[in-house]
Amino acid sequence: MIQMVLVTVLTAATPLIIAALGELVTERAGVLNLGVEGMMVCGAALGFAVAVETGSTLLGALAGAGAGLGLAAVFGLLTVGLAANQVASGLALTILGLGLSGLVGAGYVGQKREPAPHLHVPGLSEIPGVGRLLFGQDAFVYAGLGLAVGVSWFLWRTRAGLILRAVGDDHVATHALGLPVRGVRFLAVLFGGACAGLAGSYLSLAYTPFWAPAMTAGRGWIALALVVFASWRPGRVVAGAALFGGATVLQLHAQAASIGLPGQLLSALPYVATILALVLLSLGRRQGGSSAPAALGRDFTPHR
Amino acid sequence: MRLDLVPRARRSPLAATLSPVLAFLTAVLIGGAVVSCLGVSPGAAFAVYFVAPLSELWSLQEIALKAAPLALIATGLAFCYRANLWNIGAEGQFVVGGLAGGWVAVATHGSAGSTVWILPAMLVAGTLAGIAYAMIPALLRVRLDVSEILTSLMLVYVAELFLDYMARGPLRDPAGFNFPQSVAFDAAARLPYLMEGETLHAGVLVALAATGLATLVLGRSLFGFATRVVGASPRAARFAGFSEGRMTLAAFAISGGAAGLAGIVEVAGRIGQLQPTISPGYGFTAIIVAFLGRLSPLGILIAALVIAVTTIGGEAAQIDLRLPLDLTRAFQGLLLCLVLGADVLTRFRIQLVSGAAR
Amino acid sequence: MAGVTGSAKPTDDPRPLFGAYGIVKRFGTFTANDHIDLEIRAGEIHALLGENGAGKSTLMKILYGLLEPTEGVVTHRGAVVRLRSPEAARRLGIGMVFQHFSLCENLTVAENIALVMERSLRRGVLAERIAALGETYGLKLEPDRPVWSLSAGERQRIEIVRCLLQNPQLVILDEPTSVLTPGEAELLFTVLERLRGEGRALLYISHRLDEVRRLCVRATILRGGRVVGACDPRSETAASLAALMVGAQVRAVAARPAAPRGDERLGQERLRLDRLSLPAPGLHATALSDVTLGIRGGEILGIAGIAGNGQAELFAALSGEISAPEAGAVRIDGTAVGHLGINARRRLGAAFVPEERNGHAAAPGLSLSENVVLTRRATAPLARFGLVRRAAARALATRIVDAFDVRGAGPDPAAGTLSGGNLQKFVVGREIQAEPGILVVDQPTWGVDAAAAARIRQALIDLAARGSAVLVISQDLDELFEIAGSIAVLHAGHLSAAMPRAETTREAVGLLMGGSSGPSIGRDMSVGPSAPAEIAHAP
Repeated sequence: MIQMVLVTVLTAATPLIIAALGELVTERAGVLNLGVEGMMVCGAALGFAVAVETGSTLLGALAGAGAGLGLAAVFGLLTVGLAANQVASGLALTILGLGLSGLVGAGYVGQKREPAPHLHVPGLSEIPGVGRLLFGQDAFVYAGLGLAVGVSWFLWRTRAGLILRAVGDDHVATHALGLPVRGVRFLAVLFGGACAGLAGSYLSLAYTPFWAPAMTAGRGWIALALVVFASWRPGRVVAGAALFGGATVLQLHAQAASIGLPGQLLSALPYVATILALVLLSLGRRQGGSSAPAALGRDFTPHR
Repeated sequence: MRLDLVPRARRSPLAATLSPVLAFLTAVLIGGAVVSCLGVSPGAAFAVYFVAPLSELWSLQEIALKAAPLALIATGLAFCYRANLWNIGAEGQFVVGGLAGGWVAVATHGSAGSTVWILPAMLVAGTLAGIAYAMIPALLRVRLDVSEILTSLMLVYVAELFLDYMARGPLRDPAGFNFPQSVAFDAAARLPYLMEGETLHAGVLVALAATGLATLVLGRSLFGFATRVVGASPRAARFAGFSEGRMTLAAFAISGGAAGLAGIVEVAGRIGQLQPTISPGYGFTAIIVAFLGRLSPLGILIAALVIAVTTIGGEAAQIDLRLPLDLTRAFQGLLLCLVLGADVLTRFRIQLVSGAAR
Repeated sequence: MAGVTGSAKPTDDPRPLFGAYGIVKRFGTFTANDHIDLEIRAGEIHALLGENGAGKSTLMKILYGLLEPTEGVVTHRGAVVRLRSPEAARRLGIGMVFQHFSLCENLTVAENIALVMERSLRRGVLAERIAALGETYGLKLEPDRPVWSLSAGERQRIEIVRCLLQNPQLVILDEPTSVLTPGEAELLFTVLERLRGEGRALLYISHRLDEVRRLCVRATILRGGRVVGACDPRSETAASLAALMVGAQVRAVAARPAAPRGDERLGQERLRLDRLSLPAPGLHATALSDVTLGIRGGEILGIAGIAGNGQAELFAALSGEISAPEAGAVRIDGTAVGHLGINARRRLGAAFVPEERNGHAAAPGLSLSENVVLTRRATAPLARFGLVRRAAARALATRIVDAFDVRGAGPDPAAGTLSGGNLQKFVVGREIQAEPGILVVDQPTWGVDAAAAARIRQALIDLAARGSAVLVISQDLDELFEIAGSIAVLHAGHLSAAMPRAETTREAVGLLMGGSSGPSIGRDMSVGPSAPAEIAHAP
């Protein structure tokens, strides 16, 4: 029973982990992309469409990541290339993404397909208590956890990661040293987009294996909050996503058990929890100051 | 090759006026290409989207009725965005305003005696509810430095779910055969129509008044001046003695109040009862309107009309040409992207320079 | 392994190590460099002199590969080279020590150095190299400290070590002593002499003429983007060098500096800080502790100190941008104002000019008349019924522009389009025009051309002569010794007692700036129960 709950928590957390890690890398480079929701929902739509047409979950996932990447390229062109306002551009991307996903997904509403296959290791997957949890997940779950390790390693163990953090800390200084500020930021934006798209395709290919309009239901925004909540650290993203996944599962179980509270109020729980988490975080760091990348959200135009 | 942005000494007023127009034309061209990919003649689509809505009285009224809430909300948002504050939860404030004002109408339903106070009370209740709801992200931002972007957006979902609950639960019409909606409001709780037998109601006048008032406040008043300074140079604003906290609360109050008022105007004007959903996304579309109008009240009024035309046109296109409604939404998102991109032309001269990207 | 093996030995090669010929750089219609020729030889410290805006930093950025010239060539040992990026310049052996350090504050020392290394080094290897180099040149660094926790001198050490790890043949130093105490500057000169002895070339950019005369044997002088002369600085006087730079004799500040403390011509005490303590307002900010001072009418008090020792915090506490813990800690003409906002203090007769012109003193996107409204609405009738009186604001702006000879494009231009000197004249003029009883000004002439600086200093002296109390916070000791009657030193949030200018020396002030207490004027005395101003008054 406990294992089942943990399994559902992990599956609910996975899209948040993947999307938040992508956004974390983007923000570490100093760019705030609020369009996660839009990129995610496009990834869900295109991922499902391609998977239905080709019959391949892998191609669907790649297409989902590609959809996020494409939208992120538009955002990167606007904010990194043309120094447009990052907040407004992110909102534009969300609206554009919601519209495009509706267009792409229009022909697929109501279709169903098999969810992404789960790993099955004979012997290991049957270990009581932990077998399903550790050895019985689908590829997205492992990809999400692997991504957390990979992002951590990249940011703190590689020269490219060092340059990315430096660009996010002070773009004037790094530009003066001749480091490619705009190039780094553009790549970071693309990575964030691909992750958001992948997270979206997880929703339509594995979590609930069908497409429904606006099926991300604010998860992109929760992923954004998660990055703040995690103080821009990959490990804490995983922990935070597990908490949010837990809140979602709790709410679903409460609804199923019909404990007398109206369903709408329970559905509001993840959103209220997000606000409360941000408030608690802020109360907790009153003395320490913010750990946000110093150049986050600031425009950069190289001249003179 | 790389792009270099050379800052202009001062904003070019010509480019400032032309850039949204240029963005709009580009969006129409791209939209035409997409439409022809979907197998529809771009010419026919253009006629349905942009010409037909302007050719009949009923659709002209529809345009005004759709533009009014957009203009009202976007005018309020302009105060926030000028001050570099990001209230993106106008949709939630709209819903809460409609709910609070609608609750007054339901509570006074069928009451005897004088009823002239009911409509004003609804408008006030809607406005105050919008303000109160906007104060949550504003206070969290001022007191605890919590990002207003995320909180205001999260509160949209909460407000929508709350309205859904109220319309299906406590405020449902007991004699309504279990339909998820409230009683139909009394005549005293409805906005008056402007023309006999037509749909145009007094809410349009509210939007026009807001445009006039906002033009005066933003352009001439010390408060409007402070809004600009806080947004453009926060440190200079502090040096000038403008309190950032108070400005944040004020800008959120204005935008929340405008959205709440728009919400109750919609409920008391067009809908006439509470339903689980009262907004087709006005609060989000208003963000596009605000930027398309370059955050100036008059520009916003024009932008609201343009967006309303495309929305009405989109509904017609769905019926006449079988083009999906999401096409309109994608078009609006694309338009906002292009407006933001074109804005660069007003701030920079763009040069192509040979050499590595940097 | 210090990374300095293979250093360039002086050769008999007659060709210059690096040459720049016919360098032209245009930005739009503005020509920053106009056919500049410069030759730098191995084993020399070559001075590049010029006023702000003379084209020094443009030339320097071209040599470091940050800008590409519109015309002209750069040569290395006679061969034409193309410097397309700083990386290319570094590969050719050109290193740079930036004036405004190009360091990322939230990264560690080692990370900042690793940023420009050609390839990844394991942490331990890099730390060893840093240590070895530090040993050789006396440049000690702790590799794992975050940069924000370091002083300006330590930050410069990072820049130099980072540069030397590349084993450069040419080191460009941009105003390297501008943030150093006199003591730290001495240490820097030792390092520079040593680098020269190793056969490296150094391009030394400065406006401090005595340093140039001491270090350099050749100097190239720029004015208005052109080379206007070359000389041996040792055979020139500071005055003749200055004349070459400015093009005419600099008008010396006419009036004698404001009267020192204790002078009976001084009026009542107008501004007083009484044991003001303030916690650090931010992560990278400095706390103030027990700051006490008093200024009388007619007096100019100078506050010396290296940037980042609490100047910004002191200014904010005086202006009211940060509220003092106790109302009585700040007094204007006897009134406790510690809890009052900036406009209330303005109405009591105070005026303020912060260090940063763009974005603090003035909003760059607003016109000059709107910038007048920013600070003067407190003391002038610029708003009525909540509406801005635009005509009145324009009239006031015109008066300020005329009185202070502010030059800009067109009527009522945006503040951001003015040159540094003109904008500074405008923001100083905006406050002085109100005839404030108290003026607090932070870095009044930082980055301003000599003519504008002279005008601003004169205006400060004149204001004090009319009976106002003036507080000048400045990093520029020359400036303080020129205009201030008394000087106190701010170090690590502590303020020393004020010393009459005539009774102190640069060396004494320099020692205090570096944090060592002088023998007679210790830090303890400024926190004692008796008012330090009185101590300084003692004959």
